[in-house]
Amino acid sequence: MASEERSSLSAGVESHRAPVPVHQFKQQNLPACKPVLTPAWVITTYFLIGVLFIPIGFISLRASMGVVEIVDRYDTECVPNSYKSDKVAYVKDMSVSKNCTRYLKVKKRMKAPIYVYYELDNYYQNHRRYVKSRNEQQLLHGLRYNSTSSCRPLELNKGLPIVPCGLVAWSLFNDSYSFSRGAEKLNVNRKNIAWQSDRDHKFGKKVHPFNFQNGTLIGGGKLDSRIPLSDQEDLIVWMRTAALPSFRKLYGRIEEDLDEDDVVIVNLLNNYNTYSFGGKKKIVLSTSSWLGGRNNFLGMTYILVGASSMFIALVFLLLHKLSWARQ
Amino acid sequence: MAHGRVRAKVRRSSLYTFGCVRPPRDEAEGPHQIQGPGYSRIVYCNQPRLHQRKPLKYSYNYISTTKYNVITFIPKAIFEQFRRVANVYFLLAAILSLTPVTPFLPVSMISPLAFVVGLSMAKEAMEDWRRFVQDMKVNLRKAITHKGNGEFSCKPWLKIQVGDVVKVEKDQFFPADLFFLSSSYEDGICYVETMNLDGETNLKVKRALEVTLPLNDDDSFKNFTGTIRCEDPNPNLYTFVGNLELNNQVYPLDPSQILLRDSKLRNTSYVYGVVIFTGHDSKVMQNATKSPSKRSRIEKQMDKIIYILFTLLVFISVISSIGFAVKTKDQMPDWWYLPPDDGHLYDPSHANLSGFYHLITALILYGYLIPISLYVSIELVKVLQAKFINKDIHMYDEETGTPAQARTSNLNEELGQVDTILSDKTGTLTCNQMDFIKCSIAGTAYGLSASEVEVAAAKQMAMDLDGQDPEFPGNFSRRNSTEVLLKNKRPSFGPSEIELENISTPMGVKHQKPVIKGFNFEDNRIMNGNWSREPFADLILLFFRILAVCHTAIPELNDETGGYDYEAESPDERAFLVAAREFGFEYCKRSQTSIYVRECHPSSREIVEREFKILNLLDFTSKRKRMSVIVRDENGKIFLLCKGADSIIFDRLSKSGRIFEEATMKHLNEYGEAGLRTLALAYKKLEEAEYTAWSEEFLKAKTSIGGDRELILDKLSDMMERDLFLIGATAVEDKLQKGVPQCIDKLAQAGLKFWVLTGDKMETAINIGYACSLLRQGMRQICISANIDIMAQDSKKLLKENILMQITVASQMVKLEKDPHAAFALIIDGKALAYALENDMKTHFLKLAVNCASVICCRVSPKQKALVTRLVKEGTGKITLAIGDGANDVGMIQEADIGIGISGVEGMQAVMASDFSIAQFRFLERLLVVHGHWCYKRIAQMICYFFYKNIAFGLTLFYFEAFTGFSGQSVYDDWYMLLFNVVLTSWPVISLGVFEQDVSSEVCLQFPALYQQGPKNLFFDWYRIIGWMGNGLYSSLVIFFVNIIIFYDQAFRSEGQTADMAAVGTTMFTCIIWAVNCQIALIMSHFTWIQHFLVWGSVVTWYIFLFLYGLISPVYSGNDFKILEEALGPAPLYWLTTLLVPVACNLPYLAHISFQRAFNPMDHHVIQEIKYYKKDKEDRSMWRRELSKARQETKIGFSARVDASIRQLKLRLQRRYSSSTPRISMSLT
Repeated sequence: MASEERSSLSAGVESHRAPVPVHQFKQQNLPACKPVLTPAWVITTYFLIGVLFIPIGFISLRASMGVVEIVDRYDTECVPNSYKSDKVAYVKDMSVSKNCTRYLKVKKRMKAPIYVYYELDNYYQNHRRYVKSRNEQQLLHGLRYNSTSSCRPLELNKGLPIVPCGLVAWSLFNDSYSFSRGAEKLNVNRKNIAWQSDRDHKFGKKVHPFNFQNGTLIGGGKLDSRIPLSDQEDLIVWMRTAALPSFRKLYGRIEEDLDEDDVVIVNLLNNYNTYSFGGKKKIVLSTSSWLGGRNNFLGMTYILVGASSMFIALVFLLLHKLSWARQ
Repeated sequence: MAHGRVRAKVRRSSLYTFGCVRPPRDEAEGPHQIQGPGYSRIVYCNQPRLHQRKPLKYSYNYISTTKYNVITFIPKAIFEQFRRVANVYFLLAAILSLTPVTPFLPVSMISPLAFVVGLSMAKEAMEDWRRFVQDMKVNLRKAITHKGNGEFSCKPWLKIQVGDVVKVEKDQFFPADLFFLSSSYEDGICYVETMNLDGETNLKVKRALEVTLPLNDDDSFKNFTGTIRCEDPNPNLYTFVGNLELNNQVYPLDPSQILLRDSKLRNTSYVYGVVIFTGHDSKVMQNATKSPSKRSRIEKQMDKIIYILFTLLVFISVISSIGFAVKTKDQMPDWWYLPPDDGHLYDPSHANLSGFYHLITALILYGYLIPISLYVSIELVKVLQAKFINKDIHMYDEETGTPAQARTSNLNEELGQVDTILSDKTGTLTCNQMDFIKCSIAGTAYGLSASEVEVAAAKQMAMDLDGQDPEFPGNFSRRNSTEVLLKNKRPSFGPSEIELENISTPMGVKHQKPVIKGFNFEDNRIMNGNWSREPFADLILLFFRILAVCHTAIPELNDETGGYDYEAESPDERAFLVAAREFGFEYCKRSQTSIYVRECHPSSREIVEREFKILNLLDFTSKRKRMSVIVRDENGKIFLLCKGADSIIFDRLSKSGRIFEEATMKHLNEYGEAGLRTLALAYKKLEEAEYTAWSEEFLKAKTSIGGDRELILDKLSDMMERDLFLIGATAVEDKLQKGVPQCIDKLAQAGLKFWVLTGDKMETAINIGYACSLLRQGMRQICISANIDIMAQDSKKLLKENILMQITVASQMVKLEKDPHAAFALIIDGKALAYALENDMKTHFLKLAVNCASVICCRVSPKQKALVTRLVKEGTGKITLAIGDGANDVGMIQEADIGIGISGVEGMQAVMASDFSIAQFRFLERLLVVHGHWCYKRIAQMICYFFYKNIAFGLTLFYFEAFTGFSGQSVYDDWYMLLFNVVLTSWPVISLGVFEQDVSSEVCLQFPALYQQGPKNLFFDWYRIIGWMGNGLYSSLVIFFVNIIIFYDQAFRSEGQTADMAAVGTTMFTCIIWAVNCQIALIMSHFTWIQHFLVWGSVVTWYIFLFLYGLISPVYSGNDFKILEEALGPAPLYWLTTLLVPVACNLPYLAHISFQRAFNPMDHHVIQEIKYYKKDKEDRSMWRRELSKARQETKIGFSARVDASIRQLKLRLQRRYSSSTPRISMSLT
């Protein structure tokens, strides 16, 4: 497509002092490639885009289709009938048992590892006030670092600093799940669900929760103050704020295959309050492909772009031939 | 004098009849009554010490044109910077970023602003420094001043005080406004050149008072004192009111005793003067107007776009804050995880207040719609473009060593949009150097040299015939040009060869003999004394004598050559004298009463010095348009010798004097056509009695007092100059500057309109019009002039009506013209113009003028030049360019959209006022057609792209808001945003703005019609701008939603992790970086390694940055810690997304441009393709066809002249064969 052109003009007026490239630069006469969008080139480009994109689309689509996913919304079902009219009271009432059992039917064989997610909806983890309400220094250095004004109003409690401070930590998700298949208990591995780098460098290995969830405002989950922050993986995952108000976060992994028609029994503690703001809570079991979770959109878009590109190539070819014939 | 010339001492005042006669001073007139406000200045001559204390302490002669000084620089420059609306907005944003409402880190708002403002201020400081240096150069010039005791010594100008006595020597500038005491001439006159004040090149005479005449040597100043009481400093150049008190006598002063600063002493060895006004008090400094700061149209249009974007910004901010308020009020109380704040920023109970705070947040957040870096990038790009203009070797004048200079860089792109060129004539189109080239004596034409115009025209015609229509014989050749024609009958290389670059030395072969300045005559019939063998030898003799005698020049013996040089008031006169000298009639001496001419008679071969007694000299004035001398020769016979404009002379011939009228007329027409300045020569023999009678009356009139003195003198001379006998005519070539006709031709082909504004006479202007092909034979000339005869006071109205009628009639004529090829030329003189420029008439005048192919305004004052420029600028709304070299062009240069000064000649006023300066007129072609075209496209594309990229980026922020409860959270890291405009996308766009070339410079010159893309504004019209904004909108939608949907809730890796905000933001940002950089690569059509490096380097920089950012402590990088290395890098989804999104973003644009190129191509597309397929080399005929297409249809220039000739020939042939088909001259656009 490119035609290398070196202008012959410069040779005539070559300045004797400046070396040739500098002179060419000053005279705006550097050798340049000047691509011209000739019909042949355009048609080829579009065609190549099509040829490249459509297969990618199909491959992605196939990968996405191969992912098996079970989604179960449980926030409404797990409220006793007596509380149906006032779910907030239910979730706030500490005396009521929050236990709940769900039965998930496996429709298709799921190969290990099976990822367990919780999904929240209408939850503005990306609200600016919420996102800012944390302190990286404190997470890493603990009490040694005490200028934590960004965490207000959850900065201090009874005059003592809170570790980890801020709204994000304070509102930690605290529903818990345990799984069994029939009588057989399914182990959920909750290790290594957070990024390695977060555990190693972002959350202090010697920083223990302090004065956390002790105040008048009670938010989400509590933390075991014996375990350092770097090992509180559910906290680490939670503190990676989601981009959208509807999000999934990794809960753990089931490292056993699930067969078709298996029924997974989920025993859960429905602690987390999504009722005040009408958010949904779901539990998700999903396998993954090389592309990640089940998402047909990428493959479809690739096919769409590839196809339209092919279409443009064809139209162009046709018009070009027509105009050629006319000439 | 450098050459040690010897000057005959002569009382010059005796040479003049009208101008210099000193009327006997009327004693009753008395001194001026000087009192009251405005007349408070007292100057103690030769006592500068008295002026060191108040109240007589006047300012020193120090001048300063700088805008700032050391102390005021910071506050003033900062104030200047924040006069830009955008900067104020960014300043507010930066201040607010220190408060809690900010969505970003304060540093990300403050640092770009500091950078932008700092850079602009640095530029200001640089420019001001340059002005300071220039001022100091002037301030430190040396002047000779009186120290006391009659001793004089040098002193820098800035130390000169009021009251100082200054001695100024020949060719020096006056350091301040001086009161003229005495000069080297006995009668106390001196000559000054006021070029820098009013641009007039002719010399002006100043006269000292008689009482001060004795003060003409250094010693006489020992005890000189005197007091001047005069007016206060004022800008009026032509008035002065004051009195001199000397030895208890009071003498009135008038402007002719005042020598103004910045004018130059000429033809006078020295003068003495007393300083009256110094420094900024001097008249020229009082006259100095600040050069208006000009902004290009594109920039003005850009402001509009910024307002649009600002509206958009406010609009989406309001949406955001309403959304925020609603969310805060209705939903936030339910969000237990966001408990109420102690401030009001997120207070559901004061939702309106929170909403208001949020409005500010949103205004800052979406600030990315208004690219802060745009201004600084444009500034940088323009400076670099200017550098390239300065460096262009094709605009470098080797003779004077001056390069082109872009003095202000903010008009570069305007160069590509010029519609009308208004040009000065003298010094711009012509060198103001006259060459005697032809003459017609007694009905015979002499002179074989061809004028430049003839040569060029013949060459062009030969080419065109050669290249296009071989069936036509090349019989266009006129006399003298045949050989040129034959010389150029080379094998055809197509019209592109008509560069005519050698045109300045067309007679290269003949130039073997030494070149004589002012003389370029070649004809053996009358050279070397051969004239005596011609039929009318006696008339030829008379002809030469008229040349040698009828003038006001002074001879100077040149010691080096032994010959005489002449100092004449006009270069024409000098050319005549040189010619006479070459013909053997050397004017050698002038005494009070006589002129001595050394005649070399061919018969005897010896030199005889003849004396001609000058009895009377009837001066040349623009009104009279003729000059006569009455002489008595050695035999006692009295002759009236007259030279003047042909029309005037022909009216005054006697019946018997018309023998040669017809032949001479024919020759005059030919000369005019050849672009020469012509004068007719005539004589009359006077009888003794007849003369004596007239002379007495004349003398009486001369010494009479009263207002009608001039009138009577006029009438008397008119009486005398009658019944003349026509001898012949002279043709002088006002040498055009190198390449002027070619340049005008090219510019005409590029579709530019051409106006010439000159202070010259109408005839001269018309001749030059012919010479530079602005006029040609067959063009209909519309001459509008004020009839001088009705000049009485109350006839002003009549005159105006008369001019209006002329204009309407001409307009009608133009309107009724049916022939599409008919071309009209409008020629208007200064007086008529004065009326035509009045409010009620100017629209009529303009309407007529734009319908004419060329417009020539003669006898225009500097003020009128500026007014005409304003009229064209405002009346047509198109972009005007004014070009000139003298101080009289300053007004027009400042008034026009672009002012260009010709540098390299004397006087820097025009250059100082100009926006660009070039050494020669012909460089204008390259400046406009190449640099203008490039810069226009570059800037236009750059701005469009800038808006595109910032819309594409900024809107994604807005979309994301909708998903965050309008809380003002951005999906990107602060540092990404900071880098986006400063590093990641700015360099490619700068490279686009600096290096882009749609076609190479040679092609630009070959296809001048490409230039029309600028004046038509094809690249920055609203369609295009809105198209780009639409493209930005589309891209933002694709980038945002594709990313969001892909990353929405599912795991993005095989290890099951879901994407958090950092991952989504980073991927989205990667997509943006790719999309905008691919987009700019699609815009570019010219990739050197620099563009490749900057475009792809920017993308690489992003990855490098991301990697490095991930390496620094998470305390700073937050959630972006190791994001590329650990989270995104290994995820195939990330890479697939960054492939998909940029392609999807750019597909429609690519489709658009390829369809446009294939099925609706623009000019440059076609040319690029021709170049690409090397059709210029393979398919000659097609190449030529394209070339002829690329000429804008034009009515002026060579091409038009040739076209017209060809058309006529064709018509003739058609009539003969009645079969030939006319050539269709096509135009691209």
